[in-house]
Amino acid sequence: MSSHGIKDRVAIVGMGCTPFGEHWDKGTDDLLVEAAAATYESAGIDKADVDAYWLGTAMSGMSGMALARPLQLHDKPVTHVENFCATGSEALRNAAYAVASGAYDVAMAIGVEKVKDSGYQGLVGAAKTPTDGTARTLTAAAMFAMCAPGYAKRYGLTEEQVREALARIAWKNHYNGARNPRAQFRREVSMETICGAPLMAGGLGVYDCSGVADGSAAAIVVRAEDAHRYTDRPLYVKALSLVAGNCSGNADPTYDYTTFPEIAATGRDAYAQAGITDPRAQLAMAEVHDCFTPAELLIYEDLGFADRGTAWKEVLAGSFDLAGDLPVNPDGGLKSFGHPVGASGLRMLFECWLQLRGDAPEERRIGNDRGLALTHNLGGYPGEMVSFVSIVGRDLG
Amino acid sequence: MRGIVSIAGYVPYRRLDRSEIPATFGSGGGRGTRSVASYDEDTTTMAVEAARLARRSAPETATPEALWFATASPAYLDKNNASAIHAALRLDPAIPAFDFGGALRSGPGALAAALAGTGRTLVLTSDQRDGLPAGSDEAQGGDGAAAVLVGDDSDATPVIAERLGSAGMTEEFIERWRTPGARRSRAWEERFGEVKYAPLAAQAWKSALDEAGIGAEAVDHLIVTGMHSRAVRGIAARLGAINATAVDDLAATVGNTGTAHPALLLASALETAEAGRIIALVVLADGVDVIIVRTTPAIADFRPARSVATQIANGAALPYGKFLSWRGAVTLEPPRRPEPDRISASVASRTDEWKYSFTGSRDRTSGELHLPPARVSRVGDTVDDMVPAPMSEVEGTIALFTIDRIAYSPSPPIAFAVVDFDGGGRHPVELTDVDVDRLEIGGRIEMTFRKLFTSDEIHNYFWKARPVRGDA
Repeated sequence: MSSHGIKDRVAIVGMGCTPFGEHWDKGTDDLLVEAAAATYESAGIDKADVDAYWLGTAMSGMSGMALARPLQLHDKPVTHVENFCATGSEALRNAAYAVASGAYDVAMAIGVEKVKDSGYQGLVGAAKTPTDGTARTLTAAAMFAMCAPGYAKRYGLTEEQVREALARIAWKNHYNGARNPRAQFRREVSMETICGAPLMAGGLGVYDCSGVADGSAAAIVVRAEDAHRYTDRPLYVKALSLVAGNCSGNADPTYDYTTFPEIAATGRDAYAQAGITDPRAQLAMAEVHDCFTPAELLIYEDLGFADRGTAWKEVLAGSFDLAGDLPVNPDGGLKSFGHPVGASGLRMLFECWLQLRGDAPEERRIGNDRGLALTHNLGGYPGEMVSFVSIVGRDLG
Repeated sequence: MRGIVSIAGYVPYRRLDRSEIPATFGSGGGRGTRSVASYDEDTTTMAVEAARLARRSAPETATPEALWFATASPAYLDKNNASAIHAALRLDPAIPAFDFGGALRSGPGALAAALAGTGRTLVLTSDQRDGLPAGSDEAQGGDGAAAVLVGDDSDATPVIAERLGSAGMTEEFIERWRTPGARRSRAWEERFGEVKYAPLAAQAWKSALDEAGIGAEAVDHLIVTGMHSRAVRGIAARLGAINATAVDDLAATVGNTGTAHPALLLASALETAEAGRIIALVVLADGVDVIIVRTTPAIADFRPARSVATQIANGAALPYGKFLSWRGAVTLEPPRRPEPDRISASVASRTDEWKYSFTGSRDRTSGELHLPPARVSRVGDTVDDMVPAPMSEVEGTIALFTIDRIAYSPSPPIAFAVVDFDGGGRHPVELTDVDVDRLEIGGRIEMTFRKLFTSDEIHNYFWKARPVRGDA
């Protein structure tokens, strides 16, 4: 993959994030207004200072006017982006590139999703493209469920060993989420409860699946050299990597559901852009797409946080806990936040913003002082997914 | 010489134990089991299954020149159901396909017409028999299909049974009836029908024997069938076929499959018959039709792809409650997920090779299989250099599977498997006719044509996979 990257050319100088949850009393417009207001305030600017906007939403609106109208933006370029569950990250990526190109001085990336109005549990896709009726009807839960037996088979583990590791991931993320006032679920959940939960698909129970929530998050992106006009603690963009899979995994007889090649590719690309050679040692933290617990397990290996076949042991040893070697999902992840599709990628970045700047509350502060953080956001299923990785850092260089 | 080139029955996987009926309602039921079409089957899909088996048992060159489909329970009115079957079998568009609509008699009628006609005709009969709960039709009915490939004898496509004679007597009388859309059939009191059928049977029997140039005592295997079981019993005893063995009417295992039953019983008889045996088929359905055939030496080489007996032996129990929900007699709480939208006619038309005959494409350079068919190869990136890859008759192995308890299904949960097809190629497919606690990695599957759902009264047909159960 040949991407040059834009390391240290743009900076994030302000962020906002609404609480995620069942906002029965708030619509898409309300969430956008609140996230935008918090973000302007964070950067010390107002909406007239922003030259261009990127709106990420997968199912809550169409066109740039879905943002221009609620925020009453006057004569501003607003681009609507969608890339499955990586939509929020896609908004950031495009805003960052626009600023890096010199086209704009100040850009906002904002993501939103209002999913609780569908009347159904879980995510219900908005796109109603006419079809021939032959498409797979499986839920994402069922697709990711196949990773658990796949992993067990490849590494000779028992069902119980994998079950325990997956439960430990859910336990960790709920532990972290219990310390986050913006999270949808703010209670610790015991291993017994997780393991004994009703099954949703395959061996995955309720607590192996992320929740469904409404929410919005946003970031202000400026040129790196301008960053200190807005804050004395900016975050510099070190890497942005995106891969849209060719959907060949489910057609490839060698694919065994123990890796997500798209994620591994974005990891390699992002590390190259950022100059990272040992992610486990160099990263302060990571926010990864824990839509289902097996996804987080495999992501550890695909992003080089653990060697192949060892992530399950590392999980059980607490390596990715708040106080572990490399804290993963210190904010509680999708497990605690739910997954407002267009907002999640920026919500992940928001936790990097808090942690690297030392603004995370004491009770969920990560236990190291390293200066780089990673977000990983995916959309789709094993064998056919969009993957995004960003790396941001406290310092230039 | 004209006759039967190949024949097959299709008996769906599920069985209702009739004793469950009185256990639930305090009345009805009886001994034995009846066959039950799965929630994703209808008369069209069952006919496809029977046709596939008959074609597998036939010489490869025995391509049908016409397809005739008869059922009293059509999936559509107005729309020609035979066209979907034609597509599923991937027949040439120049091969005509026609529905013989509506009546129980359309089954034996289509068979008799094909035997009296010209060309190679694939006669498909299929039926799904319903009745109100605890009624006799519900308990004694059955679901199934049969396919008979009729043609002229040749070295490449020998007939396994030649037509010796046939006759049909027709008379209008009100014996059994059902108006379109009704769930239950109605019947006049039994004695009347018995009295009406007897002389018609005698006359048809005599005419058919005369044409065959034989006496009744020459008949080796006798099939008398119809929905009027009392008349069937009485007439069978009075035909004078003193040397004939009665072919099992499958009442104890399958039930009476209505339109499909005459050909299903004929398939069952031919699957075990030796050469030179005379088989007589007598059907009571608003008149009486008689067909007499004699097995040829070619029957010694006839290998049923999957015999009726094998399919009967491989059935599995279905709880009565599930039966009632599959038949729409009770409505179960669905998963709280949106119901599927109707399919697009134009999209389905563009993808008909994939949708109806499970035909993918194979890259000529890399040999890589693409399901669904693709224009750009996944391997090597060649463009528009693919050949069609029909996969409906290719078996495979389960690489991984999953049970989805939250996805929409007319009968949850959904079981899905990632399947590695023999000879290469992988595709995730929905499973059907499975007992989810018996699924395992490495299990063998075959494809089956099913109805995924119905939306806006459009049936969405596509292929699923089911475990391979005993080829005969």
